Amino acid sequence: MSDAGQNPPSRPDRGEPAAAAPLGALAPSLAALVALLAHRFLPDAQVLPMSWTDTLTAWAHPYPATLEAALAIGLIGAGAQLLFPSLRPAAGHYGPLAAAAVLGTCVWDLATLKLAWLPLPYFPGPDMVLAGMIDDRTILLDSTYRSLRLLLSGYSVGVAAGLTSGLLMGWFRRVRYWGMPLLKVLGPIPATAFVPLAMILFSNAFLAGTALIGLAVWFPVTMLTTSGIANVPVSYFDVARTLGGGRGYLIFRVAVPAALPSVFVGLFMGLGASFLTLIVAETLGVKSGLGWYLKWQQGYAEYDKVYAALVIMAVFFSGLMSLLFKLRDWVLGWQKGLIRW
Amino acid sequence: MVTPPDQRQTVEAATLSVEGVSKSFTTADGTCLTALDRFSLQVRAGELVSLIGPSGCGKSTLLRLIAGLDTPTAGESRIGDEPIRGPGAERGLMFQEASLFPWLSVRRNIQAGLVARGLLRQRREEVEELMRLVGLDSFAGAYPHQLSGGMAQRAALARALVNHPKLLLLDEPLGALDQFTRMRMQDEVLRLWQARGMTMLLVTHDIDEAIYMSDRIVLLTSRPGRVERILDVKLARPRQRNSPEFLELRAAILELLHFAGGGCGAESG
Repeated sequence: MSDAGQNPPSRPDRGEPAAAAPLGALAPSLAALVALLAHRFLPDAQVLPMSWTDTLTAWAHPYPATLEAALAIGLIGAGAQLLFPSLRPAAGHYGPLAAAAVLGTCVWDLATLKLAWLPLPYFPGPDMVLAGMIDDRTILLDSTYRSLRLLLSGYSVGVAAGLTSGLLMGWFRRVRYWGMPLLKVLGPIPATAFVPLAMILFSNAFLAGTALIGLAVWFPVTMLTTSGIANVPVSYFDVARTLGGGRGYLIFRVAVPAALPSVFVGLFMGLGASFLTLIVAETLGVKSGLGWYLKWQQGYAEYDKVYAALVIMAVFFSGLMSLLFKLRDWVLGWQKGLIRW
Repeated sequence: MVTPPDQRQTVEAATLSVEGVSKSFTTADGTCLTALDRFSLQVRAGELVSLIGPSGCGKSTLLRLIAGLDTPTAGESRIGDEPIRGPGAERGLMFQEASLFPWLSVRRNIQAGLVARGLLRQRREEVEELMRLVGLDSFAGAYPHQLSGGMAQRAALARALVNHPKLLLLDEPLGALDQFTRMRMQDEVLRLWQARGMTMLLVTHDIDEAIYMSDRIVLLTSRPGRVERILDVKLARPRQRNSPEFLELRAAILELLHFAGGGCGAESG
């Protein structure tokens, strides 16, 4: 059980019965097989436009090839958990989820290509979207890199500013008196409403984007840092003072760690706000990145590529979220068992 | 339990003199509330004195003033010859709630006083020794929420002791514990008091605890708090909780408290 390393399998109230594990481990392979058979043997109903994928042989189409890879990986995984019992809880936990994901693409394939419930060009099947992704891989990779650069730049500026102003406002009553009204008036304006202003203030689109994202992140981080610091129980300060703690100790060894759970809520809210602002900023003014690519492909009615960009965004954003979760787990490890995450 | 001689680290105990100290608060509706009125008390070096009295007689206020967390409206307290002008590491304070820092492990909580004063490097081994002394050495890496109430108070005690206070102020430190744990902890506190030789001022609601532990018991009047009576406890240590002398003193205090207008009295827990 220790090798699973994840919360779910270690929770006794959710443990799957022992017999379910082998079935769960085989589920992804079964799902991939079903999806593959459906894709191979059902007739196409959507009339596809001509594309470079037409020159590919049947087995080299990206969607069935991916399914075959999933089938192979699923079988290897199922075999591995038979050989190494320590993998079983993880296989039992993640197997059904992976199977559901594969079946999801199968349903998508059926609803579009196979049964044409959803019409072209707005609803391409998984094969077209994967093909679009491969076709535009260079520009997609470049766009992702540019989005990541802009996002990280804006997010770090916003977090640094938010932590600083939140700390000052939480600690000094006078700063809170003057700062809070400003925060309450400026904060709720969506950062994206400042796009016209940002375009004038900054000659460089990257700087304008950074400022907008920074502003979007600054508000929640400031708000939750302030309230986190202002709400630290007085008894902690009393204890620290009787132990001989000076002002630096009170701020950085008591107030800040005590406020961190609240600060992390702000960091999560800020990250969500930064995704939104990033995409809007890229669509409106910054001429690069995933948002820009999305808008550009929409202009050409290349919906397979629009979906390709959406898939990449999903991976990109959820990856960043998971990173922040990992950071939280590490920094707030002391809360484990105190509250349920 | 007997403390081995090599673990004895006697500190120079301090005398405490509280002279004519008053403290009033302004409440939310603007009325002035006097918690302490010209309160005076002398505590000898190494003495263990208990404060007993009805709720709201200003016992906790007095401890906060001596700890330097609040400033008196009038009067002055001194440690030895030094007037109290704010918190200081030579005075330790322990509350009813352990108030451990939940983000720090037991070890880091206990060494907090050393970190705060930049002394951790020189005195790191002492932290290990303190943890052994309060029986928490096997819980060094645990977080406060994983501890029982008694263990949390031991950790709080060790944290208060890490700075070698000359005066230890205890604000109902055992009030939240069950009776068995409380009696065991009383022995532990006494053991540490004897081993370290510091002066101790203990606020309690528990008459038995006051008799069992203290050299003198100070009975306080209700608001504003003033000294009603000071009783010397002349029983030999270690004391028997059910000896006739103990019970006699207990009866006398109960009568005095009743005479004083009733109040907290002895709690069953």
